[in-house]
Amino acid sequence: MHYSALSLIKHALTGNRGWTRAWRNPEPKKQYDVIIIGGGGHGLATAYYLARLHGITNVAVLEKGYIGGGNTGRNTTIVRSNYMLNANSQFYEHSMKLWEGLSQELNYNVMFSQRGILNIFHNDAQRDAFARRGNAMRLNGVDAVMHDLDGVKKLMPHLDFSKNTRFPVTGGLAQPRGGTARHDAVAWGYARGADRLGVDIIQRCEVTGFRRDGDKLLGVETSRGFIGAGQVGVAVAGNSSRVFKMVGIKLPIESHVLQAYVTEGIKPLVNTVCTFGAGHFYISQSDKGGLVFGGDLDGYNSYAQRGNLPTFNHVVAGGVTMMPCLARLRILRQWGGVMDMSMDGTPIISKTPIDNLYMNGGWCYGGFKATPGSGWVFAHTIANDKAHELNRAFTLERFREGYLLDEKGVGATPNAH
Amino acid sequence: MLRIECPWCGVRNEDEFSYGGDAAVDRPSDEGSPDEWYDYVYTRNNSAGKHTEHWQHVNGCRAWVIVVRDTVTHKIYSTVPASPNLPTGKAGVDQT
Repeated sequence: MHYSALSLIKHALTGNRGWTRAWRNPEPKKQYDVIIIGGGGHGLATAYYLARLHGITNVAVLEKGYIGGGNTGRNTTIVRSNYMLNANSQFYEHSMKLWEGLSQELNYNVMFSQRGILNIFHNDAQRDAFARRGNAMRLNGVDAVMHDLDGVKKLMPHLDFSKNTRFPVTGGLAQPRGGTARHDAVAWGYARGADRLGVDIIQRCEVTGFRRDGDKLLGVETSRGFIGAGQVGVAVAGNSSRVFKMVGIKLPIESHVLQAYVTEGIKPLVNTVCTFGAGHFYISQSDKGGLVFGGDLDGYNSYAQRGNLPTFNHVVAGGVTMMPCLARLRILRQWGGVMDMSMDGTPIISKTPIDNLYMNGGWCYGGFKATPGSGWVFAHTIANDKAHELNRAFTLERFREGYLLDEKGVGATPNAH
Repeated sequence: MLRIECPWCGVRNEDEFSYGGDAAVDRPSDEGSPDEWYDYVYTRNNSAGKHTEHWQHVNGCRAWVIVVRDTVTHKIYSTVPASPNLPTGKAGVDQT
């Protein structure tokens, strides 16, 4: 069913009884050309682009829970492409361009809102570092604007600009095309789009092992029996190490938990995405009015989809320092998502030592914004058995070879990226 | 809030400690092969379940300890000094 203003009116006039399911609920076939493990945004986008751009429609997406129930539904919905290293900048900018046309492409409103992102800074050294990043972005064709104090005051009038504040704001680097999107709608839109092109989305189907013949996979063992596959793509960030352990591959990844929070709904207060420069804190306001914010990882290995109190205290302290009026608000919800923290802070979208097995993971806490681009290049990698120019640098082998992409420059300490 | 039993100071809140990562990795000898060094620097078991890890009681006695903790439930099984030459204090007490 195509969604349009006309279909809305038609269904409104007939009591909204004619809407059909957005995607089927098929039984798994015995054999597929491609199986994607993981029905989050990345896996669903991969299946969509395999069918849409590469003509591969005999595809199944296997999800152990329900689609979008993992990290796709556990983030702060921020979209940006303000990276400094060339490979990251070009990849995330490609993703940004896909975001800009995504609702039309999918015929599904993902509520992408380019309200901009502003990274504030507090001293000369930070200003220089941000100027460098902004220049690197502009050289890669990404929009970047430096703001002085007056510019920041216009964008975020409620920050602490008082004279005696501990971390005075001196300016900010903005990416006006950044913003937010509705996370669930991204998963649902890609699921519906893929399903319409013939992809089978199979929920409650957990992969428990692989059947292989030497360096070649024959298919996957699942909670619903064996399913054969010509190629298998793994997009299970948070749990990549567990899935790859089933084929004996040890990854350069640790799993960590990242918390996020939302306050009670209030009138419009924050009309851009804003990040603090003297601590790790980022905030935006949802369309329902809640302030959505987050900060650091809890810091120790965790597969628990919940966080602990010390990190909450730390994040809120940063937020209230940046924006004292937040202290008056009540927190409505808190959640935690399990992150694949890679050893250089950059994702892995790559072929693997097994011929027909492909990996998409290591997203650290930057996976949501990458969803369209990640699916796009992963589909290309699987369809052509070769990385696209845009993910050529995101190999699994780069750690062994020394071609790290360490945006923050902190080395092999996954909890510090 | 994790409650970690420091072998010297007793049970303390996690925010007195600083996390030091996987304690089960084996440092190769200086003559180790590039593959061994790659494994040591980059790859991790990253287990969902029991995990052996370093913590430093940085806001306390500053000693390094080795904690066995479940990464799914956060149950702590044991805490022992990181140096084999030190007495184990009250280590090995099962904490929940």
